[in-house]
Amino acid sequence: MERKPVPTRDGFGEQLAVLGKNNPSVVVVSADLEDATRAEYFKKACPERFFTLGIAEQDMIGMAAGLASENFIAVTNSFAVFLTNRAYDQIRMDVCYNNLNVKLIATHAGVTVGEDGASAQCLEDLAIMRVLPNMRVICPVDTLEARKAADAIIAQSGPFYVRLSRSPLPVVTEEDSPFIVGKANMMCDGKDAAIIACGSMVSEALDAARVLQGQNIHVRVVNMHTIKPLDTEMILDCARTTGAVVTAEEHQLAGGLGSAVAEVLVRNYPVPVEMVGVDDSFGQTGTPEQLLQHYRLKSVDIVAAVRKVIARKKS
Amino acid sequence: MSKPETVALKTKALQFRKKILETLEAAGSGHPGGSLSAVEIFVVLYGLVMAHRPNEPRWEDRDRLIISKGHITPVTYVALSGFGYFPEEELSTFRKFGSRLQGHVHHKVPGVEFNTGSLGHGLSYSNGVAMAAKMKNKGFKVYCLMGDGEIQEGSVWEAAMSAAHYKLNNVCAIVDYNKVQENGLVSEIKGLEPLAQKWSSFGWNVIEVDGHDIQSLIQAFEAFKTVENKPTVIIAHTLKGKGVPFMELKSAWHGKAPNKEQLADALKVLY
Repeated sequence: MERKPVPTRDGFGEQLAVLGKNNPSVVVVSADLEDATRAEYFKKACPERFFTLGIAEQDMIGMAAGLASENFIAVTNSFAVFLTNRAYDQIRMDVCYNNLNVKLIATHAGVTVGEDGASAQCLEDLAIMRVLPNMRVICPVDTLEARKAADAIIAQSGPFYVRLSRSPLPVVTEEDSPFIVGKANMMCDGKDAAIIACGSMVSEALDAARVLQGQNIHVRVVNMHTIKPLDTEMILDCARTTGAVVTAEEHQLAGGLGSAVAEVLVRNYPVPVEMVGVDDSFGQTGTPEQLLQHYRLKSVDIVAAVRKVIARKKS
Repeated sequence: MSKPETVALKTKALQFRKKILETLEAAGSGHPGGSLSAVEIFVVLYGLVMAHRPNEPRWEDRDRLIISKGHITPVTYVALSGFGYFPEEELSTFRKFGSRLQGHVHHKVPGVEFNTGSLGHGLSYSNGVAMAAKMKNKGFKVYCLMGDGEIQEGSVWEAAMSAAHYKLNNVCAIVDYNKVQENGLVSEIKGLEPLAQKWSSFGWNVIEVDGHDIQSLIQAFEAFKTVENKPTVIIAHTLKGKGVPFMELKSAWHGKAPNKEQLADALKVLY
């Protein structure tokens, strides 16, 4: 039952428009990328509650904080690179330190942005968002989950960062699959190793699991859609059940999902861990597929990491 | 405005300056220069201009004062306690571990709207609050107090463009133009002039006043309330360290508390 891959920005943007129609407290503040982020769907649905500030990300976050302080649910949007890096001080001070009901919707995350190259490919956002107190960090696995993430972050008060893709991602969940902030979903189970992945890398992990199955290696695949608060119970269960963990993310190795998982394991239940991600490098121009291969973010790389971690477990 | 009220506010300003110096000495650190320059602005706003309820700090229809220059906690806390937001005795906990009187403004203090301390944040936030007021058909005003050095931050000018574009006539920015920043004179570090023209060309109604003259400040705020279709900035010409001659225009007193001897000397010459 192959379904057409869809960018997670699409599902999120469509659902945000629905939520806006149903909830007059939702406002969107924008910095001239609403077409690309799909916030324009909200703009069409609720023009009176949509504000663009031009190309001014710092101003966008500050104004959203002001709106949130007056009991609006303030949704901001931009490319991940600009939203997080350009406005970091505003996110830290205005949103997190003041603990206001501001949502950061970041699209175009990771190398799969493609031809625009390194300046547009955000590979550090999970790291710099998850270190901020009061911030919660979500990375939906597919367009269906992105819709549920939209519901969840509007329903729950306080700061949220949502990482979305520009490129189409395989649909790997169902309409009725659960989505609970902070509660990871097991996609398949196995006893030899566990792959904990987020976003685009979950489908690569599932591909890797199928390949390994053919080699009589049975792995668990976990969709860690919430990077913060982290589902430590699931991580510890992976370690206890399989004794070997591989993490996979379209992000720098430093500071992201792999680091977060390692922080839990080293303190509670140390087992061998291998990490798949970008190794201290900027991206570059290319097709998404070329870039995923170049930066070793494909299922074949996850397969190699699983073999390596199992060898370490046995040694 | 009747003369006795102006006189009363002047008396309050002198009391506040004394309390600011004492509070700083007790704390052992903090920012006197930009606190002393802004005393009359606080006295006029809380004493006359703003609708507010000290016993109901979150009253929905209150006018909001956003302290964008978040380091001027001495004047902020002295003014808030002086106008009844919390007991004066609490000022002795300023900058002490466990106190809500944090080194930079924090909204756990009754009357403080927004945590700041990194410069250039207040105006965008004020615009958001003002936009919310318009959406909710509320008549309250949003005052945003900024430092002169602060407006070297580019984010201020992003916000300046937005307030004009959205015609936020319920926003009143105040620049405490005390002429001195951490490392010297603003004019030598990176000058702001022509400042009135800058704001004016950004689409703002500009009012220049002597920021230590209570009557002029009152008139400026009254004028702001009548403006339609554009935000207002009050450029308040002030003196850093105002009231203590040996602190005036001295960047050394931007972020240093007086010791016991210096406090005694200051109180002898305070005006």
